[in-house]
Amino acid sequence: MAKVGVLALQGDYEKHARALERAGAHVAEVRTAEELDGVDGLVIPGGESTTMLKLLDRESLMEPLREFGAKKPIFGTCAGAILLAKEVENPSQPSLELVDIAVQRNAYGRQLDSRVAHVDADGFGPMEAVFIRAPIIRKTGPGVKVLARYNGDPVLVEQGRHLVATFHPELSSDDRVHAYFLQKVTG
Amino acid sequence: MILNDEFRLKIGLAEMLKGGVIMDVTTPEQAAIAEKAGACAVMALERVPSDIRKDGGVARMSPVSMIRGIMAEVSIPVMAKARIGHYMEARVLEALEVDYIDESEVLTPADEDNHIDKRPFKVPFVCGAKNLGEALRRISEGAAMIRTKGEAGSGNIVEAVRHMRTIQREMKQLTVLSHDELYGEAKRHQAPIELIEYVAEHGRLPVPNFSAGGVATPADAALMMAMGAETVFVGSGIFKSHDPARFAKAIVKATTYWKDPVKVMEACDEVGISEPMRGLDTSKLPAEELMANRGW
Repeated sequence: MAKVGVLALQGDYEKHARALERAGAHVAEVRTAEELDGVDGLVIPGGESTTMLKLLDRESLMEPLREFGAKKPIFGTCAGAILLAKEVENPSQPSLELVDIAVQRNAYGRQLDSRVAHVDADGFGPMEAVFIRAPIIRKTGPGVKVLARYNGDPVLVEQGRHLVATFHPELSSDDRVHAYFLQKVTG
Repeated sequence: MILNDEFRLKIGLAEMLKGGVIMDVTTPEQAAIAEKAGACAVMALERVPSDIRKDGGVARMSPVSMIRGIMAEVSIPVMAKARIGHYMEARVLEALEVDYIDESEVLTPADEDNHIDKRPFKVPFVCGAKNLGEALRRISEGAAMIRTKGEAGSGNIVEAVRHMRTIQREMKQLTVLSHDELYGEAKRHQAPIELIEYVAEHGRLPVPNFSAGGVATPADAALMMAMGAETVFVGSGIFKSHDPARFAKAIVKATTYWKDPVKVMEACDEVGISEPMRGLDTSKLPAEELMANRGW
């Protein structure tokens, strides 16, 4: 069985762990480079991207994560999407630059602008999309495939082995996106 | 248990704050220090609890201009405190578009019988609790996050431990009872039967359970995580320490790595020999001075 790590520095990593387990994965929490070495794929959860970024930096995890992403699949949701993006604005901040997208943080506004929406995803069909202080993907590079849009903006995209959602599939009782990521991990 | 989309969004933001540290701040400058240290959110209030305790008088919602300044300063979520039962302060905070409202015993209560009816609000609420009944009453009123009260401004972890132990023990006890015993438990805890049933079935609250009131060191924060807190609030512990930036950073590290004693030790070492806030022996405080006793 594929072993999938969930980056557990901060955020809703437990929700991802439960969703991955329901989709059939063996799950491990990842907080160090050694723990990262032991997994076949990684989920970067929702949470506060600035907090995660500071911990990644202080624990010298940025480089190990970039190397991991050069070989193995990563799935980022919300804060995870921000960390995977090539470019980040509002404010501008460093990232792993593993997926050729430009994202704007907190682009819908504050918590009052958080919403439960419904999208039609390519290959999945209708799907609930929970947005919480979500970013918006403003630009996608030529290698990026858009799987779902909301209000015209891409909200679920993939580039090669990596998968990005600006919403939170882990907060819906629908594990199809996690199952799809698991397929990428098992190959 | 009403789990409509609006309530799911309220709980959803609490989920995003898990495993982090929420820091009390009184100015945009303090908010910047907190964000830089790795806080996952900040809590705006007029004075930190230890100053409220020292100065006395009526503690109220923070000035609007101060909260607005804090919201402009940081990109992480901004919470703000309203007095217990003061639903007009809460409406003001909602109009200001803060991300979370803390109906808090740290401020002077405005209503000695009723808490705010939190359900009609679109902005989510967090409330304090000393025991399971109090937690479930707050959830029935619409709170989407519970924090143990501890004793704010004391720098003494003993009350936070007592409240977390109590809630965890009371939840465990419900899980081993048969269904016909739950009605009596609902009366004993003075909580709705539906929420008692939820806890009996799942062994946990239907909303995230955080900890507050008394964290002064990295080890205190790690202790609360080990006891079942999903995130810690730190009030006076940071800006009443002798080196706020270092304490803030070290407490964030200890919270993330609470399972690893070596990392917690490193976090304790990061503050060097700078002193944490001065603590109070809460057992020597007269009952009327305990903030935790506010709330009904």
